[in-house]
Amino acid sequence: MGLKIRISGLRYAAGGVEILKGVNAGVPEGGITSVVGPSGAGKSTLLRAINRLIEPTAGEVYLDGSPTSEMDPLVLRRRVGMVFQLPALFGASVEDAVLYGARLAGRSADVDRLLKMVGLDAAFRGRDPQTLSVGQQQRVSIARALALEPEVLLMDEPTSALDEAARRRIEELVRELNARLNLTIVLVSHALDQVERVADRVVLLAAGRSEGEWSKEEFFSGEGREQARRFISGRL
Amino acid sequence: MEGLETVGSALLTLGLVAVAVALSLYERLDLEKDIGVAVVRSFVQLAAIGYVIDYIFKLESLGAVVLLLAGMVGFAAWTSARRVRSVPLALPVAAGGIGVAAVATLGVLLLLQIVPPTARYLIPLGGMVIGNSMNTASLTLTRIRDDVAEQRLKVEAALALGATSRQAVSPILKTALQRAMIPLIDSTKTTGIIFLPGAMVGMIIAGADPLEAARLQIVVLYMLLGSVSIAAILVGLLSYRSFFTPRHQLQPAPLDR
Repeated sequence: MGLKIRISGLRYAAGGVEILKGVNAGVPEGGITSVVGPSGAGKSTLLRAINRLIEPTAGEVYLDGSPTSEMDPLVLRRRVGMVFQLPALFGASVEDAVLYGARLAGRSADVDRLLKMVGLDAAFRGRDPQTLSVGQQQRVSIARALALEPEVLLMDEPTSALDEAARRRIEELVRELNARLNLTIVLVSHALDQVERVADRVVLLAAGRSEGEWSKEEFFSGEGREQARRFISGRL
Repeated sequence: MEGLETVGSALLTLGLVAVAVALSLYERLDLEKDIGVAVVRSFVQLAAIGYVIDYIFKLESLGAVVLLLAGMVGFAAWTSARRVRSVPLALPVAAGGIGVAAVATLGVLLLLQIVPPTARYLIPLGGMVIGNSMNTASLTLTRIRDDVAEQRLKVEAALALGATSRQAVSPILKTALQRAMIPLIDSTKTTGIIFLPGAMVGMIIAGADPLEAARLQIVVLYMLLGSVSIAAILVGLLSYRSFFTPRHQLQPAPLDR
């Protein structure tokens, strides 16, 4: 499996505070890579550097081998979609919400198909997004990202605002999308049980530095086990 | 004007200010210092401008009028920009919005020969345009700054979906412009019913024909609507950029993680 994304010597500082202090990591194509680490480690910042929602102060993120610093950020963001902790939907109907990005790009998309893909009935189409549960809204926000047919989906703790049942259903959806669309997924998570259920690979981040990357098996029971234990016990 | 001939009689109205100070103290609003500064400044400034306008009337020079108006624009922009210190380039943005609003509306009034090019008209009308544009500029700037800070997630979500900075900020821009313009639109709607506007009050007290006062007031209201719209739109369009980088990224917030 080749690398879809390669992160090299990445640094980011804002307001005099260095948040990323040198991150190296790779994201294999077609896999689910989970970024884990204590809060404040820079996980969300790292994710935002990948689709250039922030401008790194040093280092580079490569997509398919090409430096993203040289890409048009709007084009990059259509190739690399993102799902946030909270849905933040736009528009008066689910249909408008799903089509937001596609319309900006001057494209159309099959809303019914997208809704079905994220496990929502086509009847949701005309509903006001604000009347949906947060879990359903989060599904709409995933459909909205998929409407642009991205090659990579960045997910920033997408289940942290959900209850246990909704969380499990989103986890299943993530695995399903990954398998069905061969979608490369980068999932930021603070819950190791979720990582164990969903991810193929684990990148560990602590205090703005990458501490290593392993396959899931290595992380939980192999050579990454010691690092995982230190993280779990709060010593990282 | 008999009752206002002495400074002493104007000072008597300070009794009304005492009510505001008492309320502030009683309710611990912490506004007494601000009220005090406002009272002293307004007294000094109004007395000074009275002398300045009197002087300029006697000069009968259009150049002096333009200079005075330019000074007022500069001061208004400075006042407005001070409200939003954290916004880069707030001063030139406010100056641009207020200045263009003043030039455009006064220019139209002059071109259409609605008012003559004399100090007696240009200074008070210019003052109104600049003052109202300043309030609008302040409202627009603070609103955009606060909303961008509060709605970072929404802005980022839009950017992440391939929106440009302008597209991502457009709902915020829209609310800011609405909020900035609604007070004037509402007071224009209710004018004459709920309250008599300042220019009309002044003219009637000074002994002018109420119909003539109404005619001038209509000119003033339409002029203000025009200038406030221009100021709000310009300030909105010029300021939103300072919250973004040229690569359609939000500027980092303090303590960004």
